[in-house]
Amino acid sequence: MSPLGGIILSGNPPRGVALTLILLAILLGLALAPVLFPGMEALNVAAKICYFVVLAASYDLLLGYTGIVSFAHTMFFGIGGYGAGLALYSLGPSWSALVLGTGAALVAAVALALVIGLFSLRVRAIFFAMITLAVASAFSVLASQLSEFTGGEDGRTFRLPEVLRPSFHFTAGPFTMSGRVLAYYFVFAASVVLFLLLLRVVNSPFGRVLQAIRDNEFRAEALGYRIVIYRSIGNCLAAAAAALAGVLSAVWLRYTGPAVTLSFDIMLDILLMVVIGGMGTLYGAVIGAAIFVLAETYLQNIMAMISHATAGVPLLPLIFHPDRWLLWLGVLFVLSVYFFPLGIVGRLWRR
Amino acid sequence: MTARGASPVPLHHRDLLPVLLVPAVALAALPLVGSFSTWVTLTLAGLAMGMIIFIIASGLTLVFGLMDVLNFGHGAFISIGAYAAAVLVPSLAGFLHADSLFYNLVALLALIALAMVVTGLLGYAFERIIIMPVYGQHLKQILVTVGGLIVAEQILVAIFGPVQIALTLPTAFRGALVFGDVAIERYRVIAVVVGLLVFAVMLLVLNRTRIGLLIRAGVENGEMVEALGYHIRRLFVGVFMAGSALAGLGGVMWGFYRETLTPAMGMDVMVLVFIVVVIGGLGSVGGCFIGALLVAVVANYTGFLAPKLALVSNILLMALILLWRSRGLYPVAKR
Repeated sequence: MSPLGGIILSGNPPRGVALTLILLAILLGLALAPVLFPGMEALNVAAKICYFVVLAASYDLLLGYTGIVSFAHTMFFGIGGYGAGLALYSLGPSWSALVLGTGAALVAAVALALVIGLFSLRVRAIFFAMITLAVASAFSVLASQLSEFTGGEDGRTFRLPEVLRPSFHFTAGPFTMSGRVLAYYFVFAASVVLFLLLLRVVNSPFGRVLQAIRDNEFRAEALGYRIVIYRSIGNCLAAAAAALAGVLSAVWLRYTGPAVTLSFDIMLDILLMVVIGGMGTLYGAVIGAAIFVLAETYLQNIMAMISHATAGVPLLPLIFHPDRWLLWLGVLFVLSVYFFPLGIVGRLWRR
Repeated sequence: MTARGASPVPLHHRDLLPVLLVPAVALAALPLVGSFSTWVTLTLAGLAMGMIIFIIASGLTLVFGLMDVLNFGHGAFISIGAYAAAVLVPSLAGFLHADSLFYNLVALLALIALAMVVTGLLGYAFERIIIMPVYGQHLKQILVTVGGLIVAEQILVAIFGPVQIALTLPTAFRGALVFGDVAIERYRVIAVVVGLLVFAVMLLVLNRTRIGLLIRAGVENGEMVEALGYHIRRLFVGVFMAGSALAGLGGVMWGFYRETLTPAMGMDVMVLVFIVVVIGGLGSVGGCFIGALLVAVVANYTGFLAPKLALVSNILLMALILLWRSRGLYPVAKR
């Protein structure tokens, strides 16, 4: 491993040729998405993969590295989305509004994560799952009920700083780039940086302690580590990263609302991404997010094609009915938990 | 340690403070609400709602108490129970639409019986296929049961479609009973009766039967029960089936209460169920009963006094209870 790669990847490069190649393909595909896949739909998919990678990776910090199940991750995602979105909506489309909204969202997310952690992590980890679920659902009800502030179910549509608007054109020599593409690269670059930071966290001494607590709580405590403090910090870091992912989603969508940030369905999506990709590997989040978003967008079409093609055969059209894609991902999820606890990444490691 | 501390039933506890919570809250609310008849209506409606939540939550807490399994898939059994009843509704239409309390009750009992048999059997399969491989591993249990929930919900969508289905109340259960200024919906009376029956039967079975003795012993020390020659696995399956059947029963009651069914209805109500179970103390049936009544009554009062606050009243209540007793009202001691 080159020293540079060691620093950038925090001394934890993907193991195995196949895994490295797949990750490189995803990275290149995302980096060159505006060139390789023209058209708005493809760019939407690429941007969605970018911020879902950050969201899933920050969830992996909790689930895979800290060993606690949270159902409030979409809440923090939503706090980021609403923070940036409402700031841009009410203060006007400027960079300072974006920064202010992001800062406020970070503070809110970390404070809320701390309070939830103090209530539930002190007793036992299983409380955490239930309490986060309850708090997240109350938050989502609040967000849709306080409609004069949040826009209710409809959410808020807002404008971005001028450079990131579709009407803006950036020209350098023979190249012209629209503001939309600039916005994409903003999201992409921020996602890469955030992912590398998360990689840094899990490979730091702090990350090692989290894994020690996950593997053997009693022993870690006996070694003198304050479990509650480490878990709370892990929880806060994950919340902050999720909020930043929310900011990125708001920047890309130019919209924020309960359906795209707070819904429990998104929570389940994140869970599917992390588990199918591979818990406790962080690279699994990249693969999981990429597969899931692609499946969500394109798998339904493919399944519809198969369903039509096999129209005469009994049962097959039912199995490949386009609305059944989530059913099959659910089955895949259960099978992953039993047979591939390290998900796709774990499979690829062996080779 | 004596058996008392870990009993899932608070019968022998000297600790009566939580029992006084519901009456205390109700009394405190009386001057705030002002009108006596409104207060009676709110309280009775809240108690009835609490009974339905208790029926749903009791199965979850029972399963957790004995098996140390937190079943997120419980929500699926709620939906399945309600849908199972809805399937039978057309064939019982004559009984349901007859303007006779007796025929309506027979029909309701038939629906409940079907729902409980279906969910109980599915519970058997769920325990064997989904949960058995992950006993003792909390993280995997949560993940796997959430996976089971997704799959079950999607199967319901596949069979019944993603849209709402209407479930109309039997004729005799519609409308309200009016005593002076106090109005009580008839269906809520039924809910109270069913809820009290479930609570009484659970207490009797747990405290007065041999199986209940084994279950309580299993909660206390499973290995010892096994060493004494009892099949604790068989007991586990039985309790899990009972818990699932209770979810099915709760699903029917909840479905008739809302009068519409959606595949996600189970998961929607699970949030409330978790709050109740956390308040009551994981694994405690008595705590679950008090928690359910408390949550429902408080929600009703705040809904009347401060509608905006009612949205978060459950969470605030949970926070207060956890500040007072960090493991819930009646923690099951060992865990």
